[in-house]
Amino acid sequence: MGFMNLFKTFLGNHWGIHPADHKRPASEQPVRRLPLAPRLHLMLSQHVGAPARPVVLVGQKVLKGELIAAAQGNISAPLHAPTSGRITAISEITAPHASGLPAMAITLDPDGEERWVDVERPTNPYALAPDDIAARVAAAGVVGLGGATFPSSVKLNLGRRSRIDTLIINGSECEPYLSCDDRLMRDRAVQIVSGIRLMLIATGAQVAKVGIEDNKPEAVAAMREAAADYGEVVVVVVPARYPMGSDRQLIVELTGREVPSDARAADVGVIVHNVGTAYAVHEAICLGRPLISRLITLNGNGVTMPGNYEVPLGTLVSDLIAFTGGVQGEVAKLVMGGPMMGSILPQTRVPVVKGTSGVLLLDAREAAAFEPEACIRCGSCIKACPMGLLPLEMSAHIRNDDLDGAVDLGLADCIACGCCAYVCPSHIPLVQYFYHAKGDLSARQRNQLRSESTRKLANARQERLDRESREKAEAAARRKAERAAQQAAAIDALNKTGEIA
Amino acid sequence: MNTGALTAQPIASPHAHGGNSVTRTMFRVQMALVPATLYGFWLFGWPAFFLWLLTILSCLGFEALSLKMMGVTRIKATLFDGSALLTGWLLAMTLPPWAPWWVAVVGGFIAIVIGKQVFGGVGQNVFNPAMVARVALLVSFPVPLTQWVHPLPLTTLAAPDFIDGLRIFLTSLPQPDAMASASLLGFSKTELSRGIDLFHSLAGEQAPVLSWVGARAGSFGESASLLILGGGLYLLATGVITWHTPVAVLAGLALPAAIGHAVDPAHYLSVSAHLLSGAAMLGAFFIATDYVTSPNTAAGQIVFGLGIGLMTWVIRTWGGYPEGMAFAVLLMNALTPVIDRFAKPRILGRDRKGKPLDIPESKGA
Repeated sequence: MGFMNLFKTFLGNHWGIHPADHKRPASEQPVRRLPLAPRLHLMLSQHVGAPARPVVLVGQKVLKGELIAAAQGNISAPLHAPTSGRITAISEITAPHASGLPAMAITLDPDGEERWVDVERPTNPYALAPDDIAARVAAAGVVGLGGATFPSSVKLNLGRRSRIDTLIINGSECEPYLSCDDRLMRDRAVQIVSGIRLMLIATGAQVAKVGIEDNKPEAVAAMREAAADYGEVVVVVVPARYPMGSDRQLIVELTGREVPSDARAADVGVIVHNVGTAYAVHEAICLGRPLISRLITLNGNGVTMPGNYEVPLGTLVSDLIAFTGGVQGEVAKLVMGGPMMGSILPQTRVPVVKGTSGVLLLDAREAAAFEPEACIRCGSCIKACPMGLLPLEMSAHIRNDDLDGAVDLGLADCIACGCCAYVCPSHIPLVQYFYHAKGDLSARQRNQLRSESTRKLANARQERLDRESREKAEAAARRKAERAAQQAAAIDALNKTGEIA
Repeated sequence: MNTGALTAQPIASPHAHGGNSVTRTMFRVQMALVPATLYGFWLFGWPAFFLWLLTILSCLGFEALSLKMMGVTRIKATLFDGSALLTGWLLAMTLPPWAPWWVAVVGGFIAIVIGKQVFGGVGQNVFNPAMVARVALLVSFPVPLTQWVHPLPLTTLAAPDFIDGLRIFLTSLPQPDAMASASLLGFSKTELSRGIDLFHSLAGEQAPVLSWVGARAGSFGESASLLILGGGLYLLATGVITWHTPVAVLAGLALPAAIGHAVDPAHYLSVSAHLLSGAAMLGAFFIATDYVTSPNTAAGQIVFGLGIGLMTWVIRTWGGYPEGMAFAVLLMNALTPVIDRFAKPRILGRDRKGKPLDIPESKGA
């Protein structure tokens, strides 16, 4: 294996990058619980799919864990009250997104009593039927906590439909600065393994492979110990390399299978879930607790007390910062998520959502703002790209307004991991280019769909008009024929009576 | 398409950077050239230093002028990103060390204005600017471009002092015969054309010696192959270049040379003569690896390098000029877009032609 790696290095056949991980000292701090903020804001849309539909009224009292917004449609997730209190508003607030645009949220004023709603705990969770597990996971509002926030139950159900043999648990946490998954694996390995076992039952997979990067030896040890009694849960150490946590890369690393570019992981018999999701599944099934809080890494040179915090969903980032000692020095960039794929926040008065893995306060030195220069075609981006794309060629096409050219080069396969922009010596914001082009591409596809459906409607109308006029003509002809027949019959009858007479 | 978003302050990830920059890359290449350059100064004295300095200044001057004429707003940043300096440096490495001052000025003009800026500046040129200048000079001014001198180390008495050096550099008087010499490639070619085979010509007293440490006639880049190689290894170690291009160039040159020499040693120079002569080392590690004008995938670089090596050997062996590296590089530069078109990496989840992989039969919904 070592020889093969050396050989691969020699051939230059290695994707990805090795960024400075900046995980310590935040990852060494024990998890601290954040006190309740005076006000929580729960975004109705904090998952992939349709926004949740509020089922509470303003002024209503709710208990901790009570359903406050129900899932809408097939791909959606419900929301629950992170603590007991009173609903004070259902209105728009600034969404945790780079645009700073508002979105709907439920505002909850905690009463400080933390009274739980009655929860149902199965006597033997591991004896539940697969669809029962998936249903409970859905009811608990569990979504992919690695950042994708895809409703977990949908993926669990997909597993049973597509004959999954391997469940991959992503504990690689390849993003620099973040250590919430690392911390979770160190401190709550038993619960994670329990969640993995439940997910195995729900998906029908035979084996679960937990991929953890080799820069987290404590997490590996803890997970190995917790999984020791369960042969179906295998902990695999993978090399620390960004973006190891991207599902396509992790699937290749752990199973050797390559997901076709137009297919899903399930099509090659694999399903990927995050360790945080496994923990949330355990909480939901074994304890009956819905997803109402999560671990968040607070890190960056602007943070006074870097570390991992258990934060109730809906807590404002400004409260999170205030509770942890405030800002230290000058903050150049406020980032939600990791530095490689996270999004910048226009301000701190935005709530924590299910997909928030970290909040970073980066100073000017860390945030690295450079003026872009001309591309010197050094090819660093090509070597770094984990998908085998040509970022420099794609950006050249996009710059010259040639969207088709960029698509031909594989724009749609870009996972926006940011490796290319990270290594670019000319500081070209390549990912920005690709986001921009993908936006244009989807706008164009929407337009195409719209004009297609317009054409379809117009065709249908024309058809209907034709049919109607045809039917009218036929009906007229029929009536005429009938009249003629009647007349003929009348004359006939007359004639007959005449004959008789 | 609204391209305003492309020029706006980037808001998209990533929010961190690896720290590499154009300036740092160029600086490393220059560092790699330092040992061979210093050794060249010592071997060929003050005139060589003046030539080196003026070539670089000329390149920087023409770069600044071009940027100003084109109305570029970031003149200073672009000027000092190190690319024009490197072009001048590389050009100086390939010139006869005692070439007169106007060679440096004209060379700088050709390299920067014709070789680079008319294509649109840094990153846009099709041909390696230093090689464009070298070839244009060689074709236009064959005499000063083929007059090599014996190395006269600075410490020896015969070496020209500062003032003498300046006089040699500025007056472009014909060199005294005693100091004139031929490079190995030129010498063997001349002798072969006179009907004297390599056995006799290279055994003669006049024959230039082959040497790794390079106390021999030739340009900076030719005389100290070992130091150039060292610089190249430094570039490999720091990741500025990968092994593909240099190894392919040297292999493309060495393989036909080995075959030729084995078949007829009287007419074909040996592998070591080829590898240590002319711009072989400099070309393999510093010229052919130029980012802008070479293919950007590993497979493409191997094809590109082999082409350069092979063509260099062909020109050296059968062509009209004793050295062919510059011509070979320019020819392969022209092929680079074609090579790039065919040598693309495979996209994950797709086959080589870009079609999505098949979904396995046994799996799937």
